[in-house]
Amino acid sequence: MHLSVITSLTGLALLACILELLRRHQLREKYAALWLAVGSAVVPLGLFPQMLDSLARGLGIVSGASLVLFAGIVLLLLVCLHLSWESSRLEEETRTLAEEIALIRTALEEQDRPSGCRMRGGSV
Amino acid sequence: MTPDAGAAARRILVIVPAWNEAEGLSAVLAELRAAVPAADVLVVDDGSTDRTAQTARAAGARVARLPYNLGVGGAMRTGYRYALDQGYDTAVQVDADGQHDPGYVPALLAALETADLVVGARFAGVGDYRVRGPRRWSMRLLSLVLSGMAGTRLTDATSGLRACNRDMIAFFARWYPAEYLGDTVESMVGALRCGYRVRQVPVAMRPRTTGVPSQSPARALVYLARTALVLLLALTRRVPAPQRAEPAARVPEPAGAAR
Repeated sequence: MHLSVITSLTGLALLACILELLRRHQLREKYAALWLAVGSAVVPLGLFPQMLDSLARGLGIVSGASLVLFAGIVLLLLVCLHLSWESSRLEEETRTLAEEIALIRTALEEQDRPSGCRMRGGSV
Repeated sequence: MTPDAGAAARRILVIVPAWNEAEGLSAVLAELRAAVPAADVLVVDDGSTDRTAQTARAAGARVARLPYNLGVGGAMRTGYRYALDQGYDTAVQVDADGQHDPGYVPALLAALETADLVVGARFAGVGDYRVRGPRRWSMRLLSLVLSGMAGTRLTDATSGLRACNRDMIAFFARWYPAEYLGDTVESMVGALRCGYRVRQVPVAMRPRTTGVPSQSPARALVYLARTALVLLLALTRRVPAPQRAEPAARVPEPAGAAR
């Protein structure tokens, strides 16, 4: 009985956090979709822990706890991978921005210089 | 291929990536001016904390200052973008640390007649640079794979002394890897995979005027492993479509409009 109280409260708190972050525009939809899926899986399992055991048995896993651990680790690995991917993408984007800034600085400098100094090839 | 309207009319940009190279830079720039007086020089200051940018400006070079250190690949793509935006016909890469002799640049430019990308290579008969052990195996591995792909001898994949034509500039302005060895090995693999003609010109390299080379056996082994990984990734990664420079691009566009 105590178990189902704790798990259901946890599940509901998680879902509430996700919804609140979404509502405040603090979480982009692409991340939110994943967490909403996690939340909507955790809440019913938290309310009715016995569901977990029958689900595990249906999948050929003896104990519900093993299923939770397995699914949890797989999920966390996927989340880590996703974040690495996102940060690689962000690094590429900041690299492009840094290059643009350098080129804009150069263009500005060449504009400021007296025209005599950029006779050869300079054409801004 | 764009026909070369006489080498004299060719606009040449020498790109010099520099990270805290204030010490040796003015000597390199002076040598460049003597070796290729017709060329414009762009020093890409890769987030230096010393007086690299001021030194370059004082020597009469243009300077593109990156807000933070991107590594050679990032600096190079900045340089190629500049070359593309300003409509240069030829771009040359020369390191700022003094190990590349600008005296070889005319030879590289001459070899561009029959190639899209020309690399100044060690281990090709000129100079007495020798390596042993795992570092040598790395060089061998790279040389073997790249020569096979190019159909010609390429003995020095990690050389940063290069020259390239308009098509190659357009390609590198969009795609120039910034990761470890990406600026040398991966960029060359990418060019080869896209069907560009890569050739080499034998050069001798000088000891660097600044900085110390890393030469312990353990490091050389790590280097071998990383080289193999970079090569594997470079061969399997997706590369962008080859770029052909449009003749219309001769009219310089404002920076950023050419993307």
